[in-house]
Amino acid sequence: MEVNREYAVQMHGITKMFGSFCALNDVSLDVKKGTIHAILGENGAGKSTLMNVLYGLYQAEAGEIFLNGEKVNIKNPNIAIEHGIGMVHQHFMLVDNFTVTQNIILGNEVTNQFGVLNMKKAREEILEIVKKYGLEVDPDEKIEDISVGMQQRVEILKALYRGVDLLILDEPTAVLTPQEIDDLIQIMRNLIADGKTIIIITHKLKEIKASSDVCTIIRRGEYIDTVNVADVDQEELATKMVGHAVQLVVEKSPADPGEVVFEIDNLTVRDERKLEAVKNLSLKVRKGEIVGVAGIDGNGQKELVEAITNLTRAVSGTIKINGAEIQNTTPRNVIDHKISTVHEDRQKRGLVLPFTVAENMVVEKYRRPPYSKSGMLNRSEILSYTKNLIKEYDIRPDNCESQPVRGLSGGNQQKVILAREISNEPDLLIAVQPTRGLDVGAIEYVHKTLIRERDRGRAILLISLELDEVMNVADTIDVIYAGTIVDSFKQGEVDEKTIGLLMAGGKLDENNSQNS
Amino acid sequence: MKTTVKILKKPITSTFIAILFGFLVAAVVLVFAGYNPWESFGALFQGIFAKPKYISNVIIKATPIILTGLSVAFAFKTGMFNIGAEGQYIAGTIAAVCVGVKFNFAPVIQIPLVVLSGVLAGAIFGGIIGYLKARFGIHEVITSIMLNWIGLYLSNFIVNTAAYHQPNSTSSFAVNDSSFTMLLPNWKTSKAGMAALKPHQWLYEMMLKTDVNFGILIAVVMALVIWVLLYRSTKGYELRAVGFNRDAAEFAGINVGRNITQAMLIAGALAGLAGALAITGTSPHKISQMAAFENNGFNGLSVALIAGSSPIGCIFAGLLFGGLLYGGQSVQQDVGAPTEIINIMIGTIVFFVALTKIVPSLADRLEKRGAHRVK
Repeated sequence: MEVNREYAVQMHGITKMFGSFCALNDVSLDVKKGTIHAILGENGAGKSTLMNVLYGLYQAEAGEIFLNGEKVNIKNPNIAIEHGIGMVHQHFMLVDNFTVTQNIILGNEVTNQFGVLNMKKAREEILEIVKKYGLEVDPDEKIEDISVGMQQRVEILKALYRGVDLLILDEPTAVLTPQEIDDLIQIMRNLIADGKTIIIITHKLKEIKASSDVCTIIRRGEYIDTVNVADVDQEELATKMVGHAVQLVVEKSPADPGEVVFEIDNLTVRDERKLEAVKNLSLKVRKGEIVGVAGIDGNGQKELVEAITNLTRAVSGTIKINGAEIQNTTPRNVIDHKISTVHEDRQKRGLVLPFTVAENMVVEKYRRPPYSKSGMLNRSEILSYTKNLIKEYDIRPDNCESQPVRGLSGGNQQKVILAREISNEPDLLIAVQPTRGLDVGAIEYVHKTLIRERDRGRAILLISLELDEVMNVADTIDVIYAGTIVDSFKQGEVDEKTIGLLMAGGKLDENNSQNS
Repeated sequence: MKTTVKILKKPITSTFIAILFGFLVAAVVLVFAGYNPWESFGALFQGIFAKPKYISNVIIKATPIILTGLSVAFAFKTGMFNIGAEGQYIAGTIAAVCVGVKFNFAPVIQIPLVVLSGVLAGAIFGGIIGYLKARFGIHEVITSIMLNWIGLYLSNFIVNTAAYHQPNSTSSFAVNDSSFTMLLPNWKTSKAGMAALKPHQWLYEMMLKTDVNFGILIAVVMALVIWVLLYRSTKGYELRAVGFNRDAAEFAGINVGRNITQAMLIAGALAGLAGALAITGTSPHKISQMAAFENNGFNGLSVALIAGSSPIGCIFAGLLFGGLLYGGQSVQQDVGAPTEIINIMIGTIVFFVALTKIVPSLADRLEKRGAHRVK
C-alpha cells in the first residue's frame, strides 16, 4: 500500500529475527487515523513482536515505518513517545503504593520554577482527561487499593497524560470481567471520537467483533489478511488465525452424573496475609460431571486449590474424596487418594523445566515399580512409558522424551501435564486455568480432553478465570466471590451477564431461591 | 561454521577457554613483574610432571579437594550452595583425630572407624545447615559461614585440651598408626620393602618420598557413586527435582524439607570424608592450631565451579587444581616468581569459568550472523 497521510501508522515489509528464528517475515500493517485496529493471532504469532518494533523495544532487520505519512526511525521507546505513541502492556507497570496521580505523573512531573512538585495542577490536569473520556478513576486512591480494571484505566491515563495520538493495547481484556470489558470498549470509542487511533492486540474474537473497525491477522510471523470486521463473522476470523477450520463452541453431550465423589464442606482458608481468603466454602463434584468455578482473580481460587492439594492448611471445614477426609495432610496423600491436579502455573508447579519430558512424566510415580526398583530408576521403562504418552497425546516434537521440557511450546508442555495427570487414573481431576496462554488449537484440545475424561466417568473440577471456558465446558457452574460460592447453576440455565454480575459481587433479585 | 558453533556450545569448551585465559592473564602478570612467562610455565609443568614423586604429590594434594569439590557440586545439583565444606572438612579432621588417638584397634576395624567418624562429623555439620534451612528457612550461606568458624575454633579447642594436646607443640597427638591409609606404610620402610622397591626407581621414589595413600581411589569411587546416586537412583531424582524446582517437587508430593536436609547431610559427609582421609592418609596425621582456614573446603568451591558441578568433572578439576597448587611451588623455587602468581592464575581460571557462560551466547551470535549471510 502506498504511503499516505490518512494513515496513522504504516509498517511495510517488517522482518524480525531472533537468532535463526524468524518472528516476523515481511509483515505489513496500515492503520487509518481515528479507527480501532485489531491485530489478531495465536500466541507466538508475532503480534506483540510487531508492536514492540513499533514502540521501539525491538529493531526490525528489514522494513519501513511511516507515521502520518512520514518515514521514521524508532530506535527506542522514548522516540516512540515523542511521536505520540503510547503502549499499555499486558502486565501493568505501576507503583503499588503510589496514588493514581503519582503514578500518572511519574517521569513527567509538573514542577514550579524551583523544581518543587505541583501536585494540585497535575491532579487538575488528570481530572480533566478523566472527564473528557469517561475514564472514571479516583486520582487519590492508591494503586494497591483499586481493582485491576481501574489499574488499566490508570495505564491508559498515563499514556493520555503524555499526549499520545496512537494507543497500543496489549491483550487488554485478559484480566477484566465482562462488565469491565464493556466499559473499556466504551472508553475506546470515546477516544477515537476525539481523533485518537487505537491498536488492540488480542486473540479473543468476540471482543474484536464488539470493538474494532479493521482487523489484521498474523499467523506464525506471516501476514495473512486485513479485513473489515463488519464483513466477517467469528468463524471466518478463527479460520484465518489458525489456518484451518476450528470449533469455537465445544461439542459435548449432556452430562450423566453419578454419585458424589468429592465434597468440600464449610472450608475456610487463610492467605499469606492471614486474611480469610476462602470462607465457609462448600461444593460437590459428582462422577461424570464437570463442575466449573467461575470468578475474578483473587477471590479465593488460589487458596482453594492450595487447600485441596495440601500446599496450605485449612482453618476449618472438611475436604472429602470418596468419603475420606484429606484436609491438612500432605500433597502426597492427596495424590495417593487419586486426586490429580493440572496447576495453573505450568512452569512453577507443574513442571521441572530443566528435567527431560520423561523425567517430568514420572514425577508422581518414580517411586513405584515398574518405573523404579529397589531405589534405582528403571530408565528404559520410563522412556517407553513416555514414548507411549507422547504418541497418545500427540506431544510434539514426537521424539522429545529425552529433551528438556523447557524447549517445548506452551501447548505441548500442557499436554505433558495432561498426559501425566490423566494417566494417574484419578477419581477427581482438578484443572486450574488449564488453557492459560495456549493458542486456539491447543485450547480446543484441552477442552476435548476434559470432556472425554468426563465421559469416561471421572469427576472434574475446572477452576478458570475465563468465563467463556467455564460457560462452554462445565456442566455445573459455581460462581465464587470473596472466598465463597455465591451461586450455582446448570449449564445453559444462565447467561453470561448474570454470572458476570455475581462474579463482581452483585446480587440477583429474582432467583435467590437458587442460593441455598 | 556449524561445527564451530556446536563445539562452542559444549560446556567443556568454555572450561578449556577459561583455563587458556587463566594462563594468558598469568603470563601478562609475570611479564609485568619482570619474569619470563615461558620459563615460569616451564617450571610449573616441571614441578608437576618431572618426577614420579611430583605426580604422586599432586594426586595427594588433589584428593581432599576432589572430595570437597564433590561435596559442593552435589549440593549445587540439589539446589544448595554449600559454602560450608570448609567447616565440614574441619569437623571430619577433628572427629578422625579424636577417634584415631583414643582407640587403637586392628587396622581392619580402626581405619573404617576413624574414617566413618569423620564422615559422620561432616554429615552432622552439613545436616545442621540443611535442617535449619528446611525447618526455619534460614539461608544455608549464613549458617555455613557460621559453622565454618565454629569448626575452626572447635578444632583449636580440641588441640589445646589436655587429652589431645601434644606437649611442647601447637598440635594434637597424631592418630595411632593402625589408622593409617597409606600404601603399605610399614612394609615400605622395612628392609625387605626397601630391597624390593630399590630396582624400580620411580616406584621407590614415590613410595618412600611421598604419602601414597588410598584416598584418591576412594575419591574416584565416590565421584562415581555420587553420579549414580544423582542420575540413576530415585533418591537422586528427588534431590534434583527439589534442586531444580522446589515448588513443582512439593506439588508432586515430594517432601522438600526432608530432601534439603538429606542433601546437605550427604554433602557434609563428603567433605567430612575428605577431612578424615587427610588425617589417615598424609602426615602429620594430626590437627594443629589454626590461625586461618586452610582452604581445603573453599578450594572445593573452585573445583566444583571449574567442573561445572559434574561429579566426574570434579576428579579432573581437582587434579588440575592440585597440580597448580603443587607445581606453583616450583615456580617460586626455580624462577623466583612469587606463588601469588599461581593464585592469580587460579583466580582467573575460576573467574573465566564463571564468565564463559557467555561463550554459548557468543556462539548464538555467530550462528545468527551466519544466517544473515546466507540470506
